[in-house]
Amino acid sequence: MLEIRDLHVKFHNREREAVSGVSLTIGDGEIVGLVGESGSGKTVTAMSIAGLLPRKQCTLSGEILLDGQDLLHAERAVLRSLLGKRIGVVFQEPMSAMDPLMRVGEQVGEVLRIHTALGREERKARVLEALQDVELPDPAAVYEKYPHELSGGMLQRAMIAAAMVIHPSLLLLDEPTTALDVTIQAQILDLLKKLNAEYGISMMFISHNLNVVRKLCSRVAVMQRGELVETGTTDDVFFHPQHPYTRHLIEAIPTRGRRKETA
Amino acid sequence: MNKKRFNGYLTAGLLITGILVLLTVIGAFYTPYDPTAMSGAAKFQGPSFAHFFGTDNFGRDIFSRVLKGTGTTLTIALATVAIGAVVGTAVGAVTGYFGGAVDEVLMRLNDALTAFPSILLALLVISLVGPGNKYNVVLALGIVFIPSFARVTRMSFASLRDTNYILGARLMGAKSGRILLVHMLPNTMRVVLPAITIGFNNAVLAEASMSFLGIGVTPPDASLGYMLSEAQGMFTSAPWYALFTGLMIALLVFGVGLIGEGLQQLEREVA
Repeated sequence: MLEIRDLHVKFHNREREAVSGVSLTIGDGEIVGLVGESGSGKTVTAMSIAGLLPRKQCTLSGEILLDGQDLLHAERAVLRSLLGKRIGVVFQEPMSAMDPLMRVGEQVGEVLRIHTALGREERKARVLEALQDVELPDPAAVYEKYPHELSGGMLQRAMIAAAMVIHPSLLLLDEPTTALDVTIQAQILDLLKKLNAEYGISMMFISHNLNVVRKLCSRVAVMQRGELVETGTTDDVFFHPQHPYTRHLIEAIPTRGRRKETA
Repeated sequence: MNKKRFNGYLTAGLLITGILVLLTVIGAFYTPYDPTAMSGAAKFQGPSFAHFFGTDNFGRDIFSRVLKGTGTTLTIALATVAIGAVVGTAVGAVTGYFGGAVDEVLMRLNDALTAFPSILLALLVISLVGPGNKYNVVLALGIVFIPSFARVTRMSFASLRDTNYILGARLMGAKSGRILLVHMLPNTMRVVLPAITIGFNNAVLAEASMSFLGIGVTPPDASLGYMLSEAQGMFTSAPWYALFTGLMIALLVFGVGLIGEGLQQLEREVA
């Protein structure tokens, strides 16, 4: 479904490549976790999928194929026709992700307005359905609200609704739970799992929180200094880490009850 | 969140401006006397119940003239600000959002326009399009008012460009035009609305100065500025002429100024 082949990204004002030689495949209906510390290149990888990198300020090479279609070198218009429709994106910070002067419902329906010929009533029906899907209480009331009237957790649900209302094939989730408190975090993870099972939407889940990744993802890719150091099923990576950096990351997970054993 | 915010400045401003606008609208259809009708018997009369604001050297009713004049001034100021705000915001949107070479060229042009004193620039335009016509005054002042709006809105568009929700709109596949009009423009209003009130006041004063200098409105049209220049000649014999005309300009500017201040206070409370 999504195939990244030997992706290199180098910003003109940096010595080192931000992403050097990343190859990664996301299968249909798969949730792949991309982990690594800040500056390891995970967000840059996601940005290059979504075509957000300023093309004038960096050199890109390699291929990013969405069902065989190259995204990395696609025309802007082509990319625009895919963004939103085939690829949905959810950010870390829900509080600033919505236009403060537009009602939540209209914003969730924006994708439908851009990519479909649905009429106002049909759009509203689809939006209400999506708000229901993300388990927001009283969707009809949420539809009419402005972003500042919702809590962070509710907003993030609404953002997920906006990203999936059109049923894209891939969701890019860039630290979608980092700004939320732990209980809300767990709810959002459950929600993502449910949507994945229900609609078969593939997801790329970017996080520095290994516990979260372990709960959600079927496969994990570990990045360090722009390179992909390890990929495998979640169990393999967590129980038999091959790369020293992965081991290091796993050891850094705070555990409950006892202090971590020192091997 | 649904608490109504009461703002004294805004309320007072809206009240003053509302009354003036109401008077002007009435004045457009009905004035106690014909504002151009002369009367040899009623020259230089002070304020009375027959003539609220007195009469001038031709025996014309100053109250009627002030009503008509305010109408002219108000129309010119509104049209001027409309040109400035619409064109200026368009320039600011394009330069602020796209940046790059377009930005450089348009903003340097903007700088060049700003470098002229506004009256001089208006004079230049008037001398090109011809004096003595209301519409030419509007055109001249409109051009003068473009740069300030362009500058203010450019900043606003440039800072909105990098917000998450604009990025989000791009990630939904929205085209630039839709992003600019639907997502960014409403969010620039908190900057544009106060700018419009300031621009309006500057326009009132600029029109008054131009007409006072004789490059603005000419008879049979009368604007407050033109009337003030008439009043200057009879300052000793009919001081009420200058007094009431000047008072009207002051009230107009004061009222709209209060609205602007009120809007800015609300904006600060929200931010």
